[in-house]
Amino acid sequence: MAIKKHLDVQPTRRNVLTGLAAAGAATTLPGFAPYVQAQSSAPIRIGFQVHRTGIGAAYGRWYDRTTTAAAKVINDAGGINGRPVEIIAEDDGTDPKRGAEVIEKFATYHKADIAFGTLFSHVVIGSAPRAGELKMPYFVVSEGHHVASGMLNRYTLQPGITDVKSQVQAMAPFVANNLGKKVTMIFPDFAFGHDHRDYFSAAVEAQGGEVVAKIAIPPTETSFTKYFPKIPRNTDVIYHVMVGPAVLTFVKEMGEFFGSSRPEIFGFIDSLEAVDLKTQGLEFLEGTYFWEGNPRYAQANQSEHDKFYRAAVGVDQNGASISDGKDVSTYAHMFGCWETLHVIKAGMEASGYQGPSDRAKLIEAVEAMTNMPLSQAHPQGAKMFNGKTHQVFGHQYITQVKGGRLELAHTTSIEDTMYPDEVDYTSQSF
Amino acid sequence: MSLHLALIALLFALHFILPDYHHGNLARVMVLAVYAMAYNVMFGYTGLLSLGHAMFFCAGMYGMGLSMRLYEISAGPAFLIGLSVSVIFSLLIGLLALRTIGVAFMIVTLMFSQAIFLTILYFNPITRGDEGFVIPQAARQIAGIDLSDSGNRYFAALILFSICLLAVLKLVRAPTGRVLIAIRENEERAKMLGYDIWAHKLGAVVMSGTMAGAAGAAYGLLFGTVGASFAEVPFSILPLLYVLLGGPGTVIGPFVGTLFMFYLRDLSSALTDAHMLVAGVVLILLTIYARRGIMGLIREKWLKWLP
Repeated sequence: MAIKKHLDVQPTRRNVLTGLAAAGAATTLPGFAPYVQAQSSAPIRIGFQVHRTGIGAAYGRWYDRTTTAAAKVINDAGGINGRPVEIIAEDDGTDPKRGAEVIEKFATYHKADIAFGTLFSHVVIGSAPRAGELKMPYFVVSEGHHVASGMLNRYTLQPGITDVKSQVQAMAPFVANNLGKKVTMIFPDFAFGHDHRDYFSAAVEAQGGEVVAKIAIPPTETSFTKYFPKIPRNTDVIYHVMVGPAVLTFVKEMGEFFGSSRPEIFGFIDSLEAVDLKTQGLEFLEGTYFWEGNPRYAQANQSEHDKFYRAAVGVDQNGASISDGKDVSTYAHMFGCWETLHVIKAGMEASGYQGPSDRAKLIEAVEAMTNMPLSQAHPQGAKMFNGKTHQVFGHQYITQVKGGRLELAHTTSIEDTMYPDEVDYTSQSF
Repeated sequence: MSLHLALIALLFALHFILPDYHHGNLARVMVLAVYAMAYNVMFGYTGLLSLGHAMFFCAGMYGMGLSMRLYEISAGPAFLIGLSVSVIFSLLIGLLALRTIGVAFMIVTLMFSQAIFLTILYFNPITRGDEGFVIPQAARQIAGIDLSDSGNRYFAALILFSICLLAVLKLVRAPTGRVLIAIRENEERAKMLGYDIWAHKLGAVVMSGTMAGAAGAAYGLLFGTVGASFAEVPFSILPLLYVLLGGPGTVIGPFVGTLFMFYLRDLSSALTDAHMLVAGVVLILLTIYARRGIMGLIREKWLKWLP
């Protein structure tokens, strides 16, 4: 009875007013009100560095759409730590100088919590030093080896897309065992091409194969006919990784050179991202193989997660925009934005992230991650994150052009993509 | 003189007032303005239109950066190496390019610059080509002063900017500077008056090249990155735009032009992806209505004495 009486205490008008007054007084203390606001409902501001103009614009357009879709999915499910996510996009012009300026703008003007985005390696390399100095977590979606090579800093991470070194070396077993042992490489004569040359040569030799010729093409080249006679006659496989607008000419001239009798051909899809495979001149690619970070065409064994992700971003079964079948996506790369945002969400929730003072805790939480199973957050496939090198590792896909579609021919294991650590960022101070 | 000292004093004062974002921007603008002032010495005062100034910027940037990357030389000496490389490089380029005039000079400088860009790509194992490389934060110190700190960076940029501003001011007021202007206005007449045109032009190229190199080395040191995008053609066109906007043949013009372009891009890119279109329209309007640039217009209308 006594207990019941105690519970039955009714709030009187006097003590309600006293309580309200106390709460009101507390929120007028300096700095207190914004703190309450930040903890409860203020959005988490994510600075999104995007290639809206410059050579990366096609990638940027799709990185943008994927990021918007991922943020919507996260917000619809309650946001991060109960707070909505706000994406603040800034064009980096695919230019390292502007990239660094944009990072500064996120930190000092927009007061963003973290920075995220961008593909081209030179923009990341130009921007990362500023992110480190500003102590701004910088999550990149670049597939460059710059993060895992140890060139950058503790604030720069790549948890949503694998790097070129692991992609390239994982191709070697398939190429050597299925297409042929004697490989001729054709690559652009700059850093990206040289990475392919070096990593693939080593990996294919480890498989008992051999690179019989390395044909470097100067970046200013517009016609390729003079390079094809340099391909040795005993070549089993041509490995090509041409980038830029000249790729259509490259394929057409290669087709004219070989006619109906060609060696096996294996290439990286990078050059044909956002390009319709039915484009005139690309018929010669029929029967050839491609690396894809994520298969552009919905496959027979499509996971429910890919189905969900594809619909959320607005991509059809052929990898083009639902609203315009000619607007082909950069499907092999853009999943990285989706997955990175989900890693950020997981990291912020694991570390109880509240604001910029928790940035180091966020980095430590991401560094502590290891297995990332295939899920809605990781629709491209399961992954393993290496906290020491700040780099994620995952499955790679090899597809074959059949009837103008890319059909899955092989999926590599995650182990195929691993290599020894080259850095331990966790030993660097914050 | 007092106007220029006032500008330096204003920039000094702004360090204490500006919010973080604009403070960082201004440090960047000052370094880029040095690059523009370098361009102005050749184009604005001597009348030599170069389309390849990025090569001078990169001579300093890579001279500094590679000596740190390959030989682990500390920041101070590396900056001096960058400067020395710029002096030698601009002397060489001057000796070769000045054998041509007018349109041929423009094309020769453009080609040399493109050759430098391709050389950087070609020696990828050393330069990391198009990707470039990072100068580690720990190495960016001169005499114990951490140049990656925003305050120190601002003052380092201000010191370099002030030295170059006053040097250009001194040059254009000295007899040598008058000869440069005479060459711009009428080369034949200057020659007839007995001046050594070749030597003066070469001097202008070396001074301009060295200042551009100083800007390049400073940019690498202050912002921690060295890359081939600084050798590309658009980066050669930028100082031309800065100078055209700000006022060719004025000492302050390049700074005004750089500041204007920086914020024009920053503000317009917040509104539209077509920020280059906005820049283009502004340039066309300026060319029609203020052919001598912003400071040139001010000189014409109000401040006749402006150097």
